[in-house]
Amino acid sequence: MSDEILLEVKDLRARVEEKEILKGINLTIRPGEVHAIMGPNGSGKSTLSSVLAGNPAFTVTGGSADFHGVDLLALSPEDRSHEGLFLSFQYPVEIPGVSMVNFMRAAVNAKREYFNEPPMSASDFLKLMRQKRAVVELDNKLASRSVNEGFSGGEKKRNEIFQMAVLEPRLAILDETDSGLDIDALRVVAGGVNKLKTDRNATIVITHYQRLLDYIKPDFVHVLYKGRIVKTGGPDLALELEERGYDWIKEEEDNKHREE
Amino acid sequence: MTMPSLKQYTDLFRQERTAIDSNATEALNAGRDRAMEFLEAAGRLPEKSDEGYEKTSVEAMFAPDLGVNVNRVNFPVNVAESFRCDVPNITTLLAVVVNDRFVPSATLLKNLPEGVTVCSLRDADSALIGRWLGKAVERYDAAMAFNSLLLQDGVFIHVAKGVKMAKAIQIVDIFSGQTPLLAPRRVLLVAEEGAEVSVLKCDHTQTRDVVFGSTEVVEIIAGEGARVDWYDLEESSPATARWCQFRCRQEAGSSLNICAATLTNGTTRNEYLVDIKGDCCETILSGMATGSGSQHIDNSSYLVHRSDRSHSDQLFKYVLDDEATGAFEGLIEVAHGARFNEAYQSNRNLLASTGARMHTKPQLLIYNDDVKCSHGATIGQLDSAALFYMRSRGIPESEARKMLMQAFMVDVVEKIRLESLRDRLRHLLELRFSGNCGDAACATCRGRVAEK
Repeated sequence: MSDEILLEVKDLRARVEEKEILKGINLTIRPGEVHAIMGPNGSGKSTLSSVLAGNPAFTVTGGSADFHGVDLLALSPEDRSHEGLFLSFQYPVEIPGVSMVNFMRAAVNAKREYFNEPPMSASDFLKLMRQKRAVVELDNKLASRSVNEGFSGGEKKRNEIFQMAVLEPRLAILDETDSGLDIDALRVVAGGVNKLKTDRNATIVITHYQRLLDYIKPDFVHVLYKGRIVKTGGPDLALELEERGYDWIKEEEDNKHREE
Repeated sequence: MTMPSLKQYTDLFRQERTAIDSNATEALNAGRDRAMEFLEAAGRLPEKSDEGYEKTSVEAMFAPDLGVNVNRVNFPVNVAESFRCDVPNITTLLAVVVNDRFVPSATLLKNLPEGVTVCSLRDADSALIGRWLGKAVERYDAAMAFNSLLLQDGVFIHVAKGVKMAKAIQIVDIFSGQTPLLAPRRVLLVAEEGAEVSVLKCDHTQTRDVVFGSTEVVEIIAGEGARVDWYDLEESSPATARWCQFRCRQEAGSSLNICAATLTNGTTRNEYLVDIKGDCCETILSGMATGSGSQHIDNSSYLVHRSDRSHSDQLFKYVLDDEATGAFEGLIEVAHGARFNEAYQSNRNLLASTGARMHTKPQLLIYNDDVKCSHGATIGQLDSAALFYMRSRGIPESEARKMLMQAFMVDVVEKIRLESLRDRLRHLLELRFSGNCGDAACATCRGRVAEK
């Protein structure tokens, strides 16, 4: 951990269609840290990840996000990726007709082009794929298939972490990566994330349940409620939430607003 | 009232009949009276006010003052031979049709297997021609009449009983010349009992700033148990009009696979008449169109099940960009007493711009209970979720769009049974969606001609 700041989000506000969902998010992430964002359904967890990744379905209405000196919100989704942001999707998208190999080759070479490097040679690319597949024990057979098409729930999530391994992001956002996973798949996926962890990169883990945090140890736990981070603590906060649920936080917050 | 564009061709026919007849053969001349009678009664070529032509005016396609090479002025054969469509890893038996003149390649005649004939309609066995020319399907219509009126040459393909061809036959149609021209083109393909043949036809326009029009009729007779694959690839110019009618007849147990791709063109109207006469046939009819600029592509199919236990499957897909327009009309008819047939039809379209337009009209006419039939049509945009997913992995939006458009065509490509052609078409689609098709794809052809 260092004093260097990787991501600094200030008063971030966003809406989808006419509904305001993020109502002023503040978040500071340093290299080497793991942040967990928890919260009840509809609190804005997935919206936060979509907004940071640049999903055009959401409109940013205020605030800023500084990503190692770059104005993140001004970048296209593809440039955010090149600058080192990675979103592991809650529901990875199936793309019939686009093979995994072509998909990854396009991604890898786009990043190289962004940094004025020549495209990767075919043999280097295949070596890279082989290496990175091992991180999440992803079956070679999936490489010739269309992206996520016919993949099981576990395979889809492994595929996300595989892509993360290939792209080597500085900040990875794992959006409910634990949903739809059995305990074995969860172990493999979490193991993959841990293998990729260095003191240079950081991870945001978005989850409903404490379970995933047994495998991916957070340094900070934030609770998101009604579009704001209402509580921040250490790993113990996750355990407390597991035990007590979210109702006490909801009550605290709702009372606060009633008093206002 | 403006004069119907048909009139310039019927006038030409009246004035030049002697020259037309004397520069053709008896079998081709035999169809002219009926053609003239039909066209005079119609008074004009089909218009948008005619049922089945709602989105394509054939009158307008042939309105430019197009000449016909009635006196058979020769284009140098060596020019024709220098054309070779760029399909790697595939050795074909090549024939070229320069405008409307059949030119075999030097290797074609040497390499034809026993029992296979590929020649000019003018040189074909008159008994076979008399038996089959114009007889594949009963319907006689404007497309057939217009083609028969001025036809002076064509391609004849005959595969004898039981002959299974290993190599594909390739016909390269080329428009060439400095004056606007109408080319009447005809192919008669007869696959006798148990024969197997694949044909790849490629339509090109060499002189891109000259207006050209073609009336094409492709007659296919698939005998009992025969297997015929027909792949049609159009990469013509914005100034090219193509009116092409397929007339297919299937005897019992035959298999017919037609796949037509329109990659670049001006105005194209393809009509597919398929008559499934015998029992237990298989019919695969598919097509794709990639439109940009002001390209117009219209595919119209009429497939009739007259017999028992056959299976037909139609799939047409369009990707339209800019101001391109597309139309699809498909009709499946299951005739009285035709039992246990399965007939499917699907038309799916992507509009990549707000200016592109697609019109689709799937239809079923079923006069029977024991059938399994379905038809469906969709018109949509690129999947925004897929687009964002790809961009989030760093793939630039333009590249992602291109990949999704290519991916959209994959299931049509997969209908093709020649692997090397599938690879080639995938490559052409990649070029096409990068905006490099037409010119770049045929750079080799044009380069060679330029050298001569």
